[in-house]
Amino acid sequence: MNTQAVRAIYRFEMSRTARTILQSIVSPVISTALYFVVFGTAMGSHMGRTGGVSYGAFIVPGLVMMSLLTQSISNASLGIYMPKFMGTIYEVLSAPVSPFEIVCGYVGAAASKAMILGIIILGTARLFVPFEILHPVWMIAFLMLTTLTFSLFGFIIGIWADSFEKLSIVPSLIVTPLTFLGGSFYSINLLPPLWRKITLFNPIVYLINGFRWSFYDAADIAVGTSLALTLVFMAICLGVISWIFKTGYRLKR
Amino acid sequence: MTETDIDVPLPPAILVEGLTKTYASGFSALSGIDLSIRPGEIFALLGPNGAGKTTLISIICGIVTASTGRVTANGFDIAAQYRAARRQIGLVPQELTVGAFETVWNTVTFSRGLFGRTPDAAYIEQLLRDLSLWDKRDSKIVTLSGGMKRRVMIAKALSHQPSILFLDEPTAGVDVELRREMWEMVRRLRERGVTILLTTHYIEEAEEMADRIGVINRGQIVLVEEKTALMRKLGKTQLVLDVAPPCTELPSALDTWALERSEDGTTLTYTYDAQGADTGIADLIRAIGAAGFAIRGLQTRQSSLEDIFVSLVRSAS
Repeated sequence: MNTQAVRAIYRFEMSRTARTILQSIVSPVISTALYFVVFGTAMGSHMGRTGGVSYGAFIVPGLVMMSLLTQSISNASLGIYMPKFMGTIYEVLSAPVSPFEIVCGYVGAAASKAMILGIIILGTARLFVPFEILHPVWMIAFLMLTTLTFSLFGFIIGIWADSFEKLSIVPSLIVTPLTFLGGSFYSINLLPPLWRKITLFNPIVYLINGFRWSFYDAADIAVGTSLALTLVFMAICLGVISWIFKTGYRLKR
Repeated sequence: MTETDIDVPLPPAILVEGLTKTYASGFSALSGIDLSIRPGEIFALLGPNGAGKTTLISIICGIVTASTGRVTANGFDIAAQYRAARRQIGLVPQELTVGAFETVWNTVTFSRGLFGRTPDAAYIEQLLRDLSLWDKRDSKIVTLSGGMKRRVMIAKALSHQPSILFLDEPTAGVDVELRREMWEMVRRLRERGVTILLTTHYIEEAEEMADRIGVINRGQIVLVEEKTALMRKLGKTQLVLDVAPPCTELPSALDTWALERSEDGTTLTYTYDAQGADTGIADLIRAIGAAGFAIRGLQTRQSSLEDIFVSLVRSAS
Protein backbone atom coordinates (compact mmCIF):
# COMPACT_ATOMS: atom_id res chain seq x y z
CA MET A 1 0.00 0.00 0.00
CA ASN A 2 1.44 3.33 -1.10
CA THR A 3 0.19 5.36 1.85
CA GLN A 4 2.43 8.29 0.93
CA ALA A 5 0.55 8.61 -2.34
CA VAL A 6 -2.87 8.45 -0.69
CA ARG A 7 -1.73 11.12 1.73
CA ALA A 8 -0.32 13.26 -1.10
CA ILE A 9 -3.54 13.14 -3.11
CA TYR A 10 -5.68 13.71 -0.02
CA ARG A 11 -3.61 16.69 1.09
CA PHE A 12 -3.56 18.12 -2.42
CA GLU A 13 -7.35 17.94 -2.64
CA MET A 14 -7.89 19.38 0.82
CA SER A 15 -5.60 22.30 0.06
CA ARG A 16 -7.67 22.96 -3.04
CA THR A 17 -10.64 23.47 -0.72
CA ALA A 18 -8.65 25.75 1.55
CA ARG A 19 -7.68 27.84 -1.48
CA THR A 20 -11.29 28.17 -2.58
CA ILE A 21 -12.89 28.43 0.83
CA LEU A 22 -15.47 30.99 -0.28
CA GLN A 23 -16.75 28.78 -3.04
CA SER A 24 -16.43 25.43 -1.33
CA ILE A 25 -17.54 26.22 2.23
CA VAL A 26 -18.99 29.69 2.64
CA SER A 27 -21.29 29.74 -0.36
CA PRO A 28 -23.07 26.40 0.28
CA VAL A 29 -23.46 27.31 3.95
CA ILE A 30 -25.06 30.64 3.08
CA SER A 31 -27.41 29.19 0.49
CA THR A 32 -28.57 26.48 2.90
CA ALA A 33 -28.97 29.04 5.65
CA LEU A 34 -31.28 30.98 3.33
CA TYR A 35 -33.53 27.91 3.07
CA PHE A 36 -33.74 27.77 6.85
CA VAL A 37 -34.60 31.44 7.06
CA VAL A 38 -37.26 31.33 4.34
CA PHE A 39 -38.82 27.90 4.85
CA GLY A 40 -37.97 27.19 8.43
CA THR A 41 -38.42 30.50 10.19
CA ALA A 42 -40.52 32.72 7.93
CA MET A 43 -42.93 30.26 6.30
CA GLY A 44 -42.57 27.43 8.79
CA SER A 45 -44.28 29.43 11.52
CA HIS A 46 -47.47 29.38 9.43
CA MET A 47 -47.32 25.65 8.76
CA GLY A 48 -48.50 22.83 10.96
CA ARG A 49 -46.40 20.05 12.39
CA THR A 50 -45.00 17.69 9.79
CA GLY A 51 -43.89 14.16 10.57
CA GLY A 52 -44.35 14.81 14.28
CA VAL A 53 -42.04 17.87 14.48
CA SER A 54 -42.24 21.55 13.57
CA TYR A 55 -41.89 22.22 9.85
CA GLY A 56 -38.61 24.09 10.38
CA ALA A 57 -37.12 21.11 12.19
CA PHE A 58 -38.61 18.69 9.65
CA ILE A 59 -36.69 20.16 6.72
CA VAL A 60 -33.30 20.21 8.48
CA PRO A 61 -32.25 16.62 7.63
CA GLY A 62 -33.44 16.99 4.03
CA LEU A 63 -31.55 20.23 3.51
CA VAL A 64 -28.38 18.88 5.07
CA MET A 65 -28.74 15.80 2.89
CA MET A 66 -29.19 17.99 -0.19
CA SER A 67 -25.92 19.81 0.39
CA LEU A 68 -24.16 16.56 1.28
CA LEU A 69 -25.22 15.07 -2.05
CA THR A 70 -24.39 18.06 -4.24
CA GLN A 71 -21.12 18.76 -2.44
CA SER A 72 -19.94 15.15 -2.47
CA ILE A 73 -20.63 14.91 -6.18
CA SER A 74 -19.12 18.24 -7.13
CA ASN A 75 -16.02 17.81 -4.95
CA ALA A 76 -15.25 14.35 -6.24
CA SER A 77 -16.11 14.98 -9.87
CA LEU A 78 -14.09 18.19 -10.04
CA GLY A 79 -11.21 16.56 -8.16
CA ILE A 80 -10.63 13.97 -10.85
CA TYR A 81 -11.92 16.02 -13.80
CA MET A 82 -9.46 18.91 -13.31
CA PRO A 83 -6.30 16.79 -13.68
CA LYS A 84 -7.85 15.24 -16.79
CA PHE A 85 -8.73 18.67 -18.14
CA MET A 86 -5.34 20.21 -17.34
CA GLY A 87 -3.40 17.13 -18.43
CA THR A 88 -1.76 16.63 -15.03
CA ILE A 89 -3.43 13.21 -14.76
CA TYR A 90 -0.33 11.80 -16.53
CA GLU A 91 1.47 11.99 -13.22
CA VAL A 92 -1.09 9.94 -11.33
CA LEU A 93 -1.24 7.37 -14.14
CA SER A 94 2.54 7.03 -14.25
CA ALA A 95 2.94 6.81 -10.48
CA PRO A 96 3.24 3.54 -8.54
CA VAL A 97 -0.29 3.78 -7.20
CA SER A 98 -3.10 1.25 -7.42
CA PRO A 99 -6.64 2.21 -8.42
CA PHE A 100 -7.70 1.60 -4.83
CA GLU A 101 -5.15 4.15 -3.58
CA ILE A 102 -6.23 6.71 -6.18
CA VAL A 103 -9.86 6.30 -5.12
CA CYS A 104 -8.92 6.51 -1.43
CA GLY A 105 -7.14 9.80 -2.03
CA TYR A 106 -9.67 11.54 -4.25
CA VAL A 107 -12.90 10.11 -2.86
CA GLY A 108 -11.64 10.24 0.72
CA ALA A 109 -10.89 13.95 0.37
CA ALA A 110 -14.20 14.70 -1.35
CA ALA A 111 -16.16 12.83 1.32
CA SER A 112 -14.23 14.53 4.14
CA LYS A 113 -14.97 17.95 2.71
CA ALA A 114 -18.66 17.18 2.31
CA MET A 115 -18.79 15.83 5.85
CA ILE A 116 -17.15 18.92 7.31
CA LEU A 117 -19.59 21.04 5.34
CA GLY A 118 -22.56 18.96 6.51
CA ILE A 119 -21.57 19.46 10.13
CA ILE A 120 -21.11 23.21 9.63
CA ILE A 121 -24.56 23.40 8.02
CA LEU A 122 -26.10 21.47 10.89
CA GLY A 123 -24.55 23.93 13.29
CA THR A 124 -25.84 26.85 11.23
CA ALA A 125 -29.33 25.34 11.14
CA ARG A 126 -29.35 25.17 14.92
CA LEU A 127 -29.10 28.98 14.95
CA PHE A 128 -32.41 29.29 13.10
CA VAL A 129 -34.51 26.32 14.15
CA PRO A 130 -34.47 24.21 17.31
CA PHE A 131 -34.12 20.48 16.68
CA GLU A 132 -32.67 17.46 18.41
CA ILE A 133 -30.83 14.37 17.25
CA LEU A 134 -32.20 11.22 18.89
CA HIS A 135 -29.73 8.78 17.30
CA PRO A 136 -26.46 10.73 16.94
CA VAL A 137 -24.39 7.64 16.13
CA TRP A 138 -26.74 6.66 13.33
CA MET A 139 -26.82 10.26 12.19
CA ILE A 140 -23.02 10.24 11.80
CA ALA A 141 -23.20 6.80 10.16
CA PHE A 142 -25.72 8.02 7.56
CA LEU A 143 -23.66 11.17 7.05
CA MET A 144 -20.52 9.17 6.35
CA LEU A 145 -22.23 6.58 4.23
CA THR A 146 -23.93 9.20 2.09
CA THR A 147 -20.88 11.37 1.54
CA LEU A 148 -18.77 8.33 0.71
CA THR A 149 -21.32 6.85 -1.69
CA PHE A 150 -21.97 10.09 -3.50
CA SER A 151 -18.29 10.96 -3.65
CA LEU A 152 -17.80 7.62 -5.41
CA PHE A 153 -20.65 8.57 -7.71
CA GLY A 154 -19.05 11.99 -8.32
CA PHE A 155 -15.72 10.32 -9.10
CA ILE A 156 -17.46 8.29 -11.81
CA ILE A 157 -19.05 11.45 -13.24
CA GLY A 158 -15.66 13.21 -13.22
CA ILE A 159 -14.10 10.37 -15.20
CA TRP A 160 -17.03 10.10 -17.58
CA ALA A 161 -17.28 13.85 -18.27
CA ASP A 162 -15.23 15.22 -21.11
CA SER A 163 -16.55 18.76 -20.82
CA PHE A 164 -17.59 21.13 -18.06
CA GLU A 165 -21.14 20.87 -19.33
CA LYS A 166 -21.27 17.12 -18.77
CA LEU A 167 -19.72 17.66 -15.38
CA SER A 168 -22.68 19.71 -14.21
CA ILE A 169 -25.40 17.89 -16.12
CA VAL A 170 -25.88 14.99 -13.70
CA PRO A 171 -25.97 17.08 -10.51
CA SER A 172 -28.24 19.77 -11.94
CA LEU A 173 -30.57 17.67 -14.08
CA ILE A 174 -30.83 14.52 -11.99
CA VAL A 175 -29.60 14.87 -8.41
CA THR A 176 -31.09 18.25 -7.49
CA PRO A 177 -34.59 17.48 -8.89
CA LEU A 178 -34.58 14.07 -7.23
CA THR A 179 -33.61 15.67 -3.93
CA PHE A 180 -36.41 18.23 -4.16
CA LEU A 181 -38.86 15.50 -5.05
CA GLY A 182 -37.39 13.08 -2.53
CA GLY A 183 -39.14 14.47 0.52
CA SER A 184 -36.71 17.19 1.59
CA PHE A 185 -39.59 19.61 2.11
CA TYR A 186 -42.52 17.28 2.71
CA SER A 187 -43.39 13.89 4.11
CA ILE A 188 -44.06 11.49 1.24
CA ASN A 189 -47.04 10.19 3.22
CA LEU A 190 -48.78 13.46 2.33
CA LEU A 191 -48.71 12.53 -1.39
CA PRO A 192 -51.64 10.91 -3.23
CA PRO A 193 -51.15 7.09 -3.39
CA LEU A 194 -50.04 7.06 -7.07
CA TRP A 195 -47.39 9.77 -6.58
CA ARG A 196 -46.23 8.10 -3.42
CA LYS A 197 -45.61 4.89 -5.41
CA ILE A 198 -43.72 6.78 -8.10
CA THR A 199 -41.67 8.58 -5.47
CA LEU A 200 -40.51 5.24 -4.08
CA PHE A 201 -38.48 4.76 -7.27
CA ASN A 202 -36.44 7.82 -6.32
CA PRO A 203 -33.36 6.51 -4.47
CA ILE A 204 -32.84 9.79 -2.65
CA VAL A 205 -36.11 9.28 -0.77
CA TYR A 206 -34.42 6.47 1.14
CA LEU A 207 -31.38 8.55 2.03
CA ILE A 208 -33.43 11.45 3.36
CA ASN A 209 -35.78 9.08 5.12
CA GLY A 210 -32.98 7.28 6.94
CA PHE A 211 -31.24 10.48 7.84
CA ARG A 212 -34.42 12.04 9.17
CA TRP A 213 -35.11 8.93 11.24
CA SER A 214 -31.75 9.40 12.99
CA PHE A 215 -32.94 12.85 14.05
CA TYR A 216 -36.55 12.32 15.09
CA ASP A 217 -37.00 8.54 15.29
CA ALA A 218 -39.87 8.85 12.79
CA ALA A 219 -39.73 7.56 9.23
CA ASP A 220 -41.98 7.18 6.20
CA ILE A 221 -40.21 3.98 5.18
CA ALA A 222 -38.42 1.35 7.28
CA VAL A 223 -34.89 2.50 8.15
CA GLY A 224 -33.44 -0.93 7.32
CA THR A 225 -34.63 -0.46 3.73
CA SER A 226 -32.96 2.95 3.59
CA LEU A 227 -29.68 1.54 4.83
CA ALA A 228 -29.77 -1.48 2.52
CA LEU A 229 -30.50 0.57 -0.58
CA THR A 230 -27.73 3.05 0.21
CA LEU A 231 -25.32 0.16 0.55
CA VAL A 232 -26.52 -1.29 -2.76
CA PHE A 233 -25.92 2.04 -4.50
CA MET A 234 -22.46 2.19 -2.97
CA ALA A 235 -21.71 -1.33 -4.20
CA ILE A 236 -22.83 -0.35 -7.71
CA CYS A 237 -20.51 2.69 -7.67
CA LEU A 238 -17.60 0.55 -6.49
CA GLY A 239 -18.33 -1.92 -9.27
CA VAL A 240 -18.34 0.80 -11.91
CA ILE A 241 -15.08 2.26 -10.61
CA SER A 242 -13.32 -1.09 -10.66
CA TRP A 243 -14.54 -1.55 -14.25
CA ILE A 244 -13.17 1.93 -15.12
CA PHE A 245 -9.71 1.03 -13.86
CA LYS A 246 -9.78 -2.41 -15.42
CA THR A 247 -10.59 -1.07 -18.86
CA GLY A 248 -8.85 2.30 -18.53
CA TYR A 249 -12.11 3.93 -19.64
CA ARG A 250 -11.53 7.66 -20.31
CA LEU A 251 -8.27 7.44 -18.39
CA LYS A 252 -5.94 5.46 -20.62
CA ARG A 253 -5.87 5.15 -24.34
CA MET B 1 34.32 -15.08 -2.74
CA THR B 2 31.78 -12.68 -1.32
CA GLU B 3 28.56 -11.79 -2.97
CA THR B 4 29.81 -8.41 -4.11
CA ASP B 5 32.67 -10.02 -5.99
CA ILE B 6 30.35 -11.70 -8.42
CA ASP B 7 30.10 -9.58 -11.51
CA VAL B 8 26.40 -9.63 -12.22
CA PRO B 9 25.61 -7.83 -15.46
CA LEU B 10 23.08 -5.05 -14.89
CA PRO B 11 19.76 -5.55 -16.63
CA PRO B 12 19.02 -3.00 -19.34
CA ALA B 13 17.55 0.20 -17.92
CA ILE B 14 14.72 -0.22 -20.37
CA LEU B 15 13.99 -3.33 -22.37
CA VAL B 16 11.21 -3.29 -24.94
CA GLU B 17 10.25 -6.49 -26.72
CA GLY B 18 7.77 -6.88 -29.55
CA LEU B 19 5.77 -3.85 -28.51
CA THR B 20 2.76 -2.92 -30.62
CA LYS B 21 0.01 -0.39 -30.14
CA THR B 22 -3.12 -0.17 -32.23
CA TYR B 23 -5.57 2.50 -31.12
CA ALA B 24 -9.31 1.89 -30.99
CA SER B 25 -9.61 3.87 -34.22
CA GLY B 26 -7.55 1.17 -35.94
CA PHE B 27 -4.49 3.42 -36.22
CA SER B 28 -1.35 1.45 -35.63
CA ALA B 29 1.03 3.73 -33.72
CA LEU B 30 3.72 1.15 -32.97
CA SER B 31 4.39 -1.99 -34.92
CA GLY B 32 6.86 -4.35 -33.31
CA ILE B 33 9.30 -2.22 -31.32
CA ASP B 34 12.40 -3.88 -29.86
CA LEU B 35 14.72 -1.61 -27.93
CA SER B 36 17.27 -1.95 -25.19
CA ILE B 37 18.57 1.06 -23.30
CA ARG B 38 21.74 0.64 -21.27
CA PRO B 39 22.06 1.81 -17.71
CA GLY B 40 23.66 5.22 -17.48
CA GLU B 41 23.49 6.21 -21.11
CA ILE B 42 21.82 9.11 -22.83
CA PHE B 43 19.66 7.68 -25.56
CA ALA B 44 18.08 9.98 -28.10
CA LEU B 45 15.02 8.80 -29.93
CA LEU B 46 14.66 10.72 -33.14
CA GLY B 47 11.69 10.72 -35.39
CA PRO B 48 9.37 12.95 -37.36
CA ASN B 49 6.05 14.05 -35.87
CA GLY B 50 3.64 11.17 -35.48
CA ALA B 51 6.39 8.54 -35.67
CA GLY B 52 5.37 7.00 -32.34
CA LYS B 53 7.89 8.57 -29.94
CA THR B 54 5.36 9.79 -27.41
CA THR B 55 3.26 6.63 -27.65
CA LEU B 56 6.32 4.53 -26.88
CA ILE B 57 7.22 6.65 -23.84
CA SER B 58 3.63 6.73 -22.66
CA ILE B 59 3.41 2.94 -22.75
CA ILE B 60 6.63 2.52 -20.80
CA CYS B 61 5.34 4.96 -18.16
CA GLY B 62 1.91 3.34 -17.85
CA ILE B 63 -0.16 6.15 -19.39
CA VAL B 64 -1.10 4.20 -22.50
CA THR B 65 -1.82 0.48 -22.55
CA ALA B 66 0.17 -1.61 -25.02
CA SER B 67 -1.62 -3.92 -27.45
CA THR B 68 1.05 -6.61 -27.30
CA GLY B 69 4.64 -6.90 -26.16
CA ARG B 70 6.63 -6.60 -22.98
CA VAL B 71 8.57 -3.82 -21.29
CA THR B 72 10.86 -3.88 -18.27
CA ALA B 73 12.47 -1.01 -16.35
CA ASN B 74 15.65 -2.02 -14.51
CA GLY B 75 14.40 -5.59 -14.83
CA PHE B 76 10.90 -4.92 -13.44
CA ASP B 77 7.97 -5.74 -15.69
CA ILE B 78 5.84 -2.64 -16.22
CA ALA B 79 2.61 -4.64 -15.95
CA ALA B 80 3.27 -7.38 -13.42
CA GLN B 81 5.59 -5.31 -11.21
CA TYR B 82 4.21 -1.89 -12.01
CA ARG B 83 4.99 -0.38 -8.64
CA ALA B 84 8.67 -1.25 -8.72
CA ALA B 85 8.94 -0.41 -12.43
CA ARG B 86 7.31 3.00 -12.12
CA ARG B 87 9.46 3.97 -9.14
CA GLN B 88 12.48 3.72 -11.44
CA ILE B 89 11.16 6.27 -13.90
CA GLY B 90 10.64 10.01 -13.92
CA LEU B 91 8.71 11.48 -16.82
CA VAL B 92 8.78 14.98 -18.24
CA PRO B 93 6.02 15.05 -20.82
CA GLN B 94 6.01 17.18 -23.90
CA GLU B 95 3.04 19.38 -23.05
CA LEU B 96 3.34 22.01 -20.32
CA THR B 97 0.89 20.28 -18.00
CA VAL B 98 1.77 21.41 -14.55
CA GLY B 99 -1.33 22.65 -12.76
CA ALA B 100 -1.87 26.29 -11.98
CA PHE B 101 -2.78 27.32 -8.47
CA GLU B 102 -0.42 25.27 -6.36
CA THR B 103 2.97 26.62 -5.34
CA VAL B 104 6.15 25.20 -6.81
CA TRP B 105 7.13 23.68 -3.48
CA ASN B 106 3.75 22.01 -2.97
CA THR B 107 3.53 20.55 -6.43
CA VAL B 108 7.03 19.06 -6.24
CA THR B 109 6.34 17.67 -2.76
CA PHE B 110 3.08 16.21 -4.06
CA SER B 111 4.93 14.38 -6.83
CA ARG B 112 7.39 12.88 -4.38
CA GLY B 113 4.56 11.60 -2.21
CA LEU B 114 2.70 10.22 -5.19
CA PHE B 115 5.69 8.05 -5.98
CA GLY B 116 5.66 6.69 -2.46
CA ARG B 117 8.73 8.47 -1.12
CA THR B 118 8.78 9.86 2.39
CA PRO B 119 9.11 13.67 2.55
CA ASP B 120 12.66 14.98 2.26
CA ALA B 121 12.78 18.76 2.45
CA ALA B 122 16.56 18.87 2.06
CA TYR B 123 16.46 16.92 -1.20
CA ILE B 124 13.63 19.04 -2.62
CA GLU B 125 15.51 22.19 -1.67
CA GLN B 126 18.63 21.00 -3.46
CA LEU B 127 16.57 20.01 -6.49
CA LEU B 128 14.91 23.42 -6.68
CA ARG B 129 18.27 25.15 -6.26
CA ASP B 130 19.78 23.04 -9.05
CA LEU B 131 16.97 24.05 -11.36
CA SER B 132 17.11 27.74 -10.35
CA LEU B 133 13.63 27.43 -8.87
CA TRP B 134 14.46 28.06 -5.24
CA ASP B 135 13.46 31.73 -5.37
CA LYS B 136 10.15 30.72 -6.90
CA ARG B 137 9.32 28.01 -4.38
CA ASP B 138 6.35 29.90 -2.95
CA SER B 139 5.09 31.22 -6.28
CA LYS B 140 1.96 29.83 -7.83
CA ILE B 141 2.68 27.96 -11.02
CA VAL B 142 0.29 30.12 -13.00
CA THR B 143 2.57 33.13 -12.42
CA LEU B 144 5.64 31.46 -13.92
CA SER B 145 6.99 31.83 -17.44
CA GLY B 146 6.93 28.90 -19.87
CA GLY B 147 10.59 28.14 -19.28
CA MET B 148 10.09 28.14 -15.52
CA LYS B 149 7.09 25.82 -15.84
CA ARG B 150 9.25 23.44 -17.85
CA ARG B 151 11.75 23.44 -14.99
CA VAL B 152 8.96 22.74 -12.51
CA MET B 153 8.01 19.70 -14.58
CA ILE B 154 11.59 18.48 -14.49
CA ALA B 155 11.68 19.03 -10.72
CA LYS B 156 8.48 17.00 -10.37
CA ALA B 157 9.93 14.20 -12.49
CA LEU B 158 13.10 14.12 -10.38
CA SER B 159 11.33 14.54 -7.04
CA HIS B 160 11.30 10.82 -6.31
CA GLN B 161 14.94 10.30 -7.27
CA PRO B 162 14.37 8.07 -10.30
CA SER B 163 17.24 6.23 -11.94
CA ILE B 164 15.71 6.63 -15.40
CA LEU B 165 14.52 9.96 -16.74
CA PHE B 166 12.32 10.40 -19.80
CA LEU B 167 12.40 13.76 -21.49
CA ASP B 168 9.78 14.00 -24.19
CA GLU B 169 10.76 16.87 -26.51
CA PRO B 170 12.40 18.72 -23.62
CA THR B 171 13.43 21.77 -25.56
CA ALA B 172 10.46 22.26 -27.85
CA GLY B 173 9.60 25.95 -27.72
CA VAL B 174 12.38 26.70 -25.25
CA ASP B 175 14.77 29.62 -25.73
CA VAL B 176 18.44 29.08 -26.48
CA GLU B 177 19.62 29.89 -22.99
CA LEU B 178 17.28 27.48 -21.27
CA ARG B 179 18.11 24.84 -23.85
CA ARG B 180 21.81 25.14 -22.98
CA GLU B 181 20.98 24.98 -19.28
CA MET B 182 18.88 21.92 -19.83
CA TRP B 183 21.63 20.15 -21.72
CA GLU B 184 23.94 21.01 -18.86
CA MET B 185 21.48 19.55 -16.38
CA VAL B 186 21.11 16.36 -18.42
CA ARG B 187 24.87 15.93 -18.39
CA ARG B 188 25.02 16.40 -14.62
CA LEU B 189 22.31 13.80 -14.17
CA ARG B 190 24.18 11.36 -16.33
CA GLU B 191 27.28 11.88 -14.21
CA ARG B 192 25.19 10.79 -11.24
CA GLY B 193 24.32 7.61 -13.10
CA VAL B 194 20.82 8.49 -14.26
CA THR B 195 19.81 6.86 -17.52
CA ILE B 196 18.22 9.35 -19.88
CA LEU B 197 15.89 8.75 -22.76
CA LEU B 198 15.08 11.87 -24.70
CA THR B 199 12.92 12.24 -27.73
CA THR B 200 13.47 15.13 -29.99
CA HIS B 201 13.13 16.27 -33.50
CA TYR B 202 15.95 18.75 -33.08
CA ILE B 203 18.79 16.78 -34.54
CA GLU B 204 21.39 19.12 -33.04
CA GLU B 205 20.10 18.13 -29.63
CA ALA B 206 20.76 14.46 -30.25
CA GLU B 207 24.10 15.32 -31.82
CA GLU B 208 25.07 17.40 -28.82
CA MET B 209 23.87 15.08 -26.06
CA ALA B 210 23.34 11.49 -26.97
CA ASP B 211 25.58 8.47 -26.53
CA ARG B 212 23.35 6.42 -28.76
CA ILE B 213 20.71 7.34 -31.23
CA GLY B 214 17.61 5.49 -32.29
CA VAL B 215 15.52 6.55 -35.22
CA ILE B 216 11.82 5.77 -35.18
CA ASN B 217 9.59 6.21 -38.19
CA ARG B 218 6.01 5.08 -38.74
CA GLY B 219 5.98 3.08 -35.53
CA GLN B 220 9.15 1.16 -36.25
CA ILE B 221 12.71 1.51 -35.05
CA VAL B 222 14.67 2.11 -38.24
CA LEU B 223 18.08 2.21 -36.64
CA VAL B 224 19.93 2.16 -33.33
CA GLU B 225 23.58 3.13 -33.33
CA GLU B 226 26.32 4.72 -31.26
CA LYS B 227 26.29 8.36 -32.19
CA THR B 228 29.96 8.51 -33.11
CA ALA B 229 29.73 5.31 -35.16
CA LEU B 230 26.67 6.62 -36.88
CA MET B 231 28.33 9.88 -37.75
CA ARG B 232 31.38 8.00 -39.00
CA LYS B 233 29.45 5.44 -40.95
CA LEU B 234 26.98 7.72 -42.56
CA GLY B 235 28.62 11.11 -42.17
CA LYS B 236 30.66 12.31 -45.12
CA THR B 237 33.22 15.05 -45.44
CA GLN B 238 33.56 16.87 -48.71
CA LEU B 239 36.28 19.14 -50.03
CA VAL B 240 35.06 21.64 -52.60
CA LEU B 241 37.73 23.24 -54.76
CA ASP B 242 37.26 26.26 -57.03
CA VAL B 243 39.56 25.86 -60.02
CA ALA B 244 40.67 28.01 -62.94
CA PRO B 245 40.53 27.69 -65.81
CA PRO B 246 37.22 25.80 -65.76
CA CYS B 247 37.76 22.10 -66.06
CA THR B 248 35.83 20.91 -69.11
CA GLU B 249 36.83 17.28 -68.74
CA LEU B 250 38.46 15.52 -65.80
CA PRO B 251 42.03 14.52 -66.67
CA SER B 252 42.69 10.79 -66.14
CA ALA B 253 45.47 11.68 -63.69
CA LEU B 254 42.73 12.65 -61.20
CA ASP B 255 40.74 9.37 -61.52
CA THR B 256 41.99 8.05 -58.15
CA TRP B 257 39.95 10.65 -56.23
CA ALA B 258 36.61 10.08 -58.02
CA LEU B 259 35.93 13.80 -58.21
CA GLU B 260 32.60 15.35 -59.05
CA ARG B 261 32.74 18.18 -61.52
CA SER B 262 30.21 21.00 -61.51
CA GLU B 263 28.42 21.69 -64.78
CA ASP B 264 30.40 24.81 -65.59
CA GLY B 265 33.61 23.10 -64.53
CA THR B 266 34.59 25.74 -61.98
CA THR B 267 34.31 23.48 -58.90
CA LEU B 268 35.53 19.99 -58.17
CA THR B 269 34.18 18.08 -55.17
CA TYR B 270 36.11 15.37 -53.37
CA THR B 271 34.28 13.14 -50.87
CA TYR B 272 36.47 11.39 -48.30
CA ASP B 273 36.53 9.73 -44.92
CA ALA B 274 37.70 12.33 -42.45
CA GLN B 275 38.53 9.64 -39.86
CA GLY B 276 40.86 7.77 -42.27
CA ALA B 277 44.64 7.78 -41.74
CA ASP B 278 45.32 9.28 -45.16
CA THR B 279 42.67 11.54 -46.56
CA GLY B 280 44.56 11.95 -49.85
CA ILE B 281 44.02 15.69 -49.84
CA ALA B 282 47.65 16.69 -50.14
CA ASP B 283 48.17 14.37 -53.12
CA LEU B 284 44.97 15.66 -54.75
CA ILE B 285 46.02 19.28 -54.50
CA ARG B 286 49.42 18.47 -55.98
CA ALA B 287 47.83 16.48 -58.80
CA ILE B 288 45.42 19.30 -59.64
CA GLY B 289 48.35 21.72 -59.87
CA ALA B 290 50.27 19.25 -62.06
CA ALA B 291 47.25 18.98 -64.37
CA GLY B 292 47.47 22.71 -65.03
CA PHE B 293 44.72 24.12 -62.82
CA ALA B 294 45.07 26.85 -60.25
CA ILE B 295 43.13 26.47 -56.98
CA ARG B 296 41.32 29.74 -56.31
CA GLY B 297 39.44 28.71 -53.24
CA LEU B 298 38.50 25.73 -51.11
CA GLN B 299 36.02 24.76 -48.42
CA THR B 300 35.10 21.60 -46.53
CA ARG B 301 31.60 20.43 -45.73
CA GLN B 302 30.56 17.83 -43.19
CA SER B 303 27.25 16.07 -43.40
CA SER B 304 25.34 16.57 -40.18
CA LEU B 305 23.16 14.15 -38.29
CA GLU B 306 20.32 16.01 -39.91
CA ASP B 307 21.38 14.90 -43.38
CA ILE B 308 21.74 11.36 -42.13
CA PHE B 309 18.35 11.45 -40.47
CA VAL B 310 16.57 12.90 -43.48
CA SER B 311 18.07 10.31 -45.78
CA LEU B 312 17.14 7.49 -43.36
CA VAL B 313 13.56 8.58 -42.95
CA ARG B 314 13.20 9.19 -46.64
CA SER B 315 14.59 5.80 -47.63
CA ALA B 316 12.32 4.11 -45.07
CA SER B 317 9.25 5.73 -46.54
